[in-house]
Amino acid sequence: MSGISQFPYGITILEITYIIASILFVLGLKMLSHPLTARRGNILAAFGMGFAIIATILFHKKDGESIGNIPLILTAIVIGTIIGWVIAKKVRMTSMPQLVSFFNGMGGAAAALISMMEFPHISPELIARTGMANGHVLAILLGLMIGTISWAGSMIAFGKLDGWIGDMRIKAMKYVNLTILAVLIGFIVFVMTRNVTASAELTPFIYIMFAIAVLYGVLFVMPIGGADMPVVISLLNSFTGVAAAMGGFLYKNQAMLTGGILVGSAGTILTILMCRAMNRSLINVIVGVFGGGGQTNEATGGAIKEITLSDAAVLLSYSKKVVIVPGYGLAVAQAQHICHELDKLLDEKGVEVKYAIHPVAGRMPGHMNVLLAEADVPYEQLIESDVINPDLPNTDVLIVIGANDVVNPAAEDDPSSPIYGMPIIKARDAKNIIVMKRGMGKGYAAIENMLFFNKKTRMLFGDAKNTLQNLVNEIKNL
Amino acid sequence: MEQVSDFFLQNREAIFIVILSIFLGIEVISHVPAILHTPLMSGANAIHGVVIIGAIIVMGHADTPGSMILGFLAVVLGTLNVVGGFVVTDRMLEMFKKKK
Repeated sequence: MSGISQFPYGITILEITYIIASILFVLGLKMLSHPLTARRGNILAAFGMGFAIIATILFHKKDGESIGNIPLILTAIVIGTIIGWVIAKKVRMTSMPQLVSFFNGMGGAAAALISMMEFPHISPELIARTGMANGHVLAILLGLMIGTISWAGSMIAFGKLDGWIGDMRIKAMKYVNLTILAVLIGFIVFVMTRNVTASAELTPFIYIMFAIAVLYGVLFVMPIGGADMPVVISLLNSFTGVAAAMGGFLYKNQAMLTGGILVGSAGTILTILMCRAMNRSLINVIVGVFGGGGQTNEATGGAIKEITLSDAAVLLSYSKKVVIVPGYGLAVAQAQHICHELDKLLDEKGVEVKYAIHPVAGRMPGHMNVLLAEADVPYEQLIESDVINPDLPNTDVLIVIGANDVVNPAAEDDPSSPIYGMPIIKARDAKNIIVMKRGMGKGYAAIENMLFFNKKTRMLFGDAKNTLQNLVNEIKNL
Repeated sequence: MEQVSDFFLQNREAIFIVILSIFLGIEVISHVPAILHTPLMSGANAIHGVVIIGAIIVMGHADTPGSMILGFLAVVLGTLNVVGGFVVTDRMLEMFKKKK
């Protein structure tokens, strides 16, 4: 290996590779935002990453010293690749959001580890010149803090989406969190104002800071309702980007800097776009005011009416226009394929079938699109809620499959409701409404849904997959 | 004040890159259709796996057993982020293929 690392133009090649990698990241991200080029964009960015990694191993020099421990590094990369590949390939489509959260956490943890290891090695000359208060130290501390919060937060988000961590809502929580955040910032100031000759003297403080940051990450995500997890993941995603950029500062590494900041800013915008889709502010999401609140009006009144499978089959078969509103229930039941079968069957009978996709249906924006695409439902049939809403009064039957909050009229009627103001699919405008649901439980936001008591609504209880299967059979037998 | 100006002069290129990258990030994704939000988030997630470069550098200069272990872990986690991120994104996008 030493032969290659002694190569005189190594550094030049390395820097050029970083420029190429940065360009590929930007292009990749750009292409990712168009349906036709998205896949190529992703592959392009992956190539950029590959080049940057290989060039770093071959040509990177720190104070004239090449990268050592190469066998170990390669072993680590092989291990990470195998695990990452297997997990990414094996996990079911419904668990995608968890997976993104998990991988995001790994990046955050890596950033935190880098900071932890670099801290004791801050050059004594630098400290002699400026004390601890310099950009290098700040980058290390911020990298540690942000990376750790991102890691701990992502793991909690992962647990929540996977259903083994519940919500924890305590009113005082936000004050506790703000206090911890203040303590963290205080810690940074404290470390940076110490008068020492070597940073290693302060290493114990780094571990304390790590512990506090873990605590903050956990408490930051704990009170946020499960329905808001996509926003949180997106936010943590941009955190990890910033943490990676701190590494870029540290090593004067342009690839890390551009890659990290790019994700940091794009992630922030994406987060804001998601919040906007729910008509909520980011602060509102973070403080976790959502859910449980509103008036739990028991006197919502009205009886719910059930519909039999055969009635539903007849109703659907003799309609002209049918709109399907999918939600997380569809995803959980893995019912996307059978759902597509239903729409094909109706299509053969001359019924026009469309899907109304709410931007935040499911657990991630675009979650429904991914799922339905998996079942080969063509794009053209997936209509965004704003576009389909005006058309709903002409719709004969609207079928809600495992969705709840996105069709809840309280968003329009009830100013005291926590989801008031959120754009919804105006399901109640349709002539008939069939709601498929597992039981009378409330939606993710835990609020009553008046749509279920609407006089046009009839309920079809049961697991979405079984119910749809039975419905398809029933229609075939008509 | 001196430290601030020192910091600025030392890092002006980096600051330049940061500011331009922020605008670039905003510009690049601000017209993304909602259906691509999830894959885009996932793709961006893979890109910040670039932190692996830092992990490689730190591991490449680790000399004590303790730092070797941490460095090794950092490289494994960084790789997980990169590989997992890109593969998951590809898997999502594979489903967006045009109807045959």
